[in-house]
Amino acid sequence: MVALALQDVGAAYGKRPIVSGITTELLQGGSLTALIGPNAAGKSTLFKRIAGLLSGPGTVHLTNATSGKDAIRYMPQDTGGNAVLTVYESVLLAAKQGSGWRVSDQELAGIDEILAALDIKALAFRELGELSGGQRQLVAIAQALVRKPEVLLMDEPTSALDLYRQIEVLAFMQRRARSAGMAVLIALHDLNHALRYCDHTIVVADGRMQASGPTAEVITPQMLREIYRVEARVERCSRGRPVLIVDSTAA
Amino acid sequence: MSILTSPATIHVGREHYRVLALRRIALLLLLAAALFASVCVDMALGPANYTIGEVLSALFQADQVSDQLRVVVWDIRMPIALMAVTVGASLSVAGAQMQTILANPLASPFTLGISAAASFGAALALVAGMAILPIAVNYMVPINAFAMAMAAALFIHFASTLRGVTVETIVLLGIALVFTFNALLALLQYLASEQALAAVVFWTMGSLTKATWPKVWITAAVLVATIPLFARQAWALTALRLGEDKAASFGVNVRSLRLRTMLTVSLLAAIPVSFVGTIGFVGLVGPHMARMLVGEDQRFFLPASVLCGALLLSVTSVVSKTILPGAILPIGVITALVGVPFFFVLIFGSRRRAW
Repeated sequence: MVALALQDVGAAYGKRPIVSGITTELLQGGSLTALIGPNAAGKSTLFKRIAGLLSGPGTVHLTNATSGKDAIRYMPQDTGGNAVLTVYESVLLAAKQGSGWRVSDQELAGIDEILAALDIKALAFRELGELSGGQRQLVAIAQALVRKPEVLLMDEPTSALDLYRQIEVLAFMQRRARSAGMAVLIALHDLNHALRYCDHTIVVADGRMQASGPTAEVITPQMLREIYRVEARVERCSRGRPVLIVDSTAA
Repeated sequence: MSILTSPATIHVGREHYRVLALRRIALLLLLAAALFASVCVDMALGPANYTIGEVLSALFQADQVSDQLRVVVWDIRMPIALMAVTVGASLSVAGAQMQTILANPLASPFTLGISAAASFGAALALVAGMAILPIAVNYMVPINAFAMAMAAALFIHFASTLRGVTVETIVLLGIALVFTFNALLALLQYLASEQALAAVVFWTMGSLTKATWPKVWITAAVLVATIPLFARQAWALTALRLGEDKAASFGVNVRSLRLRTMLTVSLLAAIPVSFVGTIGFVGLVGPHMARMLVGEDQRFFLPASVLCGALLLSVTSVVSKTILPGAILPIGVITALVGVPFFFVLIFGSRRRAW
């Protein structure tokens, strides 16, 4: 199974360093890892660096990947673009990059399968421009998954989704990661989602790593006070699940 | 997620997509047939009107028609009719790819200053007799126009290689070029003799009557040479329309693709403009028509842009001969007049969101 580890990884735009010194334990295939931190912490930059879209110091160790450097795929936060394409074509487009014009039945079957799995078959022949922000986000997930990544870096994939869809997508990604042996890293703002769905959590602030480890050990009142400047507790609900309760902003 | 989807219903999308693709191929064939018909009509019209049947006989049974008909169709009218096709196709493809790589619906050889630069180059030759490249003095006007058009295009190209230059900056630079070259052109016109002024005004209106077989061949050769370059990048170019980040996440080298395309497009736009003068509308609207008809999958969008541009200019060529009996009006003037109503019908008649 694929595994990813970062060692002293950094990235810069021009001469301005955005992130530096990011080191993680081994993130195994089949697991979900949350990347959390305040706004402008460098989360997207770190993802682009891991995906090879930005260069920088340090090493991204990838073991047991079968598709070489193509194993890592980044799903950007921006779902914009106003192309005159149907949802189906936009997913086909993601699947066909770097290959010929001819489209096989098998390739189309792969798209049908992804759209069905994400429950967006009804959108298949709608144009991208007609979709809501949340629908675009689901299409972006389909575009990322159809490329069969071994490591998937999802940049705030649930930010435009309603509550039902947020839960649905994260639970789906959890199942998908386990069944496909895929390592999924998700940039999240909702720490309750991290607590509920993510095995590991990496905390980044001001471009530097602040903590990394099992989610329950990382999301602590002390970390929340120092990084997020809030007074908060993690308690168990009546069903035994950890729940984050924010009391106030920190003094 | 939807675990209730049965295997029988799961492939509905596949079938639907196949139908959609077939419909687009049919549309392309229809456009090609319309283009052929338009070219035939174009060759039938002129001081001596022929029937379509006579034109077809001259085309396919040349040894069985009169010498006069053969000479008129093959030597006089066909270069002009085919020049409309190749110039329309070239400008439309150039506009399509400029709009694609700059993510801007207003990008075209005209709006990025390439046509204005060509006009200034031509005016330098016509007014001041100044050759930018001291070769083939008999062809000073098109060579000057080409040199200036390429210079403008390369300026845009190199500006886009600079760090931190965004696509919005490129479009603004293009607009600045339009104003600069128009000002320089106005200055030359102000200083020009009456005769030279008339020549400049006529040149800037754009006219297919300057067409000759060598010009047709050169324009066609550049078109035929560049289309496979775009075709090979069809998926990557389409991905660009989903946004830079998304394309990069699909593995597209956005910067390199954008630069290579800009360079190719420069050549594609500069050649026809230097031969026939300023024909602005087709490079802007041809791609929009194509987009509305077949969407932006470049496997369909690219051939549709070729056909829409060619058809638009070919129909314009026909109209330019029929407005005033016995006179051929400059095609650059007629293009917008013919294209705009057609464009309006498409914009208001289509439910498809086009930009």
